[in-house]
Amino acid sequence: MTNGVLSLLGRLDNRYRREFLTPLLLILLLVGIWQLVADYGGLSSFILPSPVGVAQAAWDTRDLLFPAIGTTMVETMIGLVIAILLGLTIAAAMDLSATVRRALYPILVASQTVQILAIAPLLIIWFGFGLLPTIFIVVLICFFPLALNTADGLASADPEQVDLLRAMNAGRGQIWRMVRLPSALPAFFTGLRIAVTYSVVGATIGEWVGGSGGLGLYMLRSKNALATDQVFVAIVVTSAISIGLFALVYAIERLTLPWYHTQARREAWEST
Amino acid sequence: MEAGEFVTLIGPSGSGKSTLFNLIAGLLEPDEGEIWLDGQLPRKRTGNFGYMPQRDLLLPWRSVTDNVAIPLELDGADRGEARAQVEAMLGRFGLEEFGESYPSALSGGMRQRAALLRTILTQRDVLLLDEPFGALDALTRRELQDWLLELWQEYSKTLFFITHDVEEALYLGDRVMVLSSRPGHIVETLEVNLPRPRRARMIGQPEFGRQAATLLGALGIHD
Repeated sequence: MTNGVLSLLGRLDNRYRREFLTPLLLILLLVGIWQLVADYGGLSSFILPSPVGVAQAAWDTRDLLFPAIGTTMVETMIGLVIAILLGLTIAAAMDLSATVRRALYPILVASQTVQILAIAPLLIIWFGFGLLPTIFIVVLICFFPLALNTADGLASADPEQVDLLRAMNAGRGQIWRMVRLPSALPAFFTGLRIAVTYSVVGATIGEWVGGSGGLGLYMLRSKNALATDQVFVAIVVTSAISIGLFALVYAIERLTLPWYHTQARREAWEST
Repeated sequence: MEAGEFVTLIGPSGSGKSTLFNLIAGLLEPDEGEIWLDGQLPRKRTGNFGYMPQRDLLLPWRSVTDNVAIPLELDGADRGEARAQVEAMLGRFGLEEFGESYPSALSGGMRQRAALLRTILTQRDVLLLDEPFGALDALTRRELQDWLLELWQEYSKTLFFITHDVEEALYLGDRVMVLSSRPGHIVETLEVNLPRPRRARMIGQPEFGRQAATLLGALGIHD
């Protein structure tokens, strides 16, 4: 019993070390180098604030920073939810009809070539200042990897598995539920990981251009005030949120798709 | 085909063995001709036969039990009922400890056994087995052949079994049909003259060799 618990702890410890400790050490090392360069590199803190200076700036501006994080998170989350719904709908439509796929594909690609900086002022004219223009930008950026990956995932279903179910008299709906949707889930999650990674940056761009709050506005004001350390605060916080969302999605993926993230697959990858 | 018969179909690759099965199973429509069942044209083309393709096609996201339960679910059984019925049969198929495993954790032989149980649970009288043991190593294959013969007796199904292996065709079948390569048609039907139950030692006997030579001849292979 004790042995079992110990070996379980040992294994957890091992995975913990591999998955968290290794990158954490590298990050600490880089931050350490940054601190040394900032302290002894002869650069003014206006050009390169030190990590300690950035942390200090974050603490000093906490009354601005925390509400800004809240606003950005709300916009990001609403945008992501809409992007997921839109992406899945487009993917399903493209999967069900080849005509829809042919018609939509170029438009989807074109949507990603739109210059956000150029349309952002237009969005403000259309939607006014506030959350809406920013949410629109998050949706615009995030629906694309979701739609494309999910559509590819649906198309990747094994035709022989589909045939097998057909031979058992399964209807189209049953085949969708039993074969096609599950086949598409890994690709959907890949799309979701890409989407959440871009989502926070998308939201801050929207705020920078025309928002009434959030990390983007915090960053814009800091830049205008030549407070380089606060600009860095915004950068670090944005990254941290993005990484956090990415990790959250990955954790959900691992729980939802245990068959896809099997021990065997992980070990096979790590041994290559 | 007679009810309860074990018919094997042998032919060179490209002779259309699998195409024939897809036609029978209703996955393909014939260019000409009709497929009759029990003396009539079936109302619906699919779902009249149990169909086991070459690959096991177990769904990787379903546990073994849930995979095998698919035909029951499709017949309208609720999930718990279907699972209970499957679990009661896993032991007979050497899978009792693997019901909750994902297919990726199973060996090739176990996967084929699961696929066969799934086929049997379609509860159709005629099962179409398309080279089910083709990808297995020789030892596992021999083991599964004997096991299939036992099951065939036990469940009294009519089996139509594709193979490209003369020895397997003879060892398993009551009757062997030989399909010629393009255009594929039946060039020989051999009533297998071996007693049941079949035993591995029969393979070495002169009668077995003589019939194998007949089949090889029909396939265009002569000494």
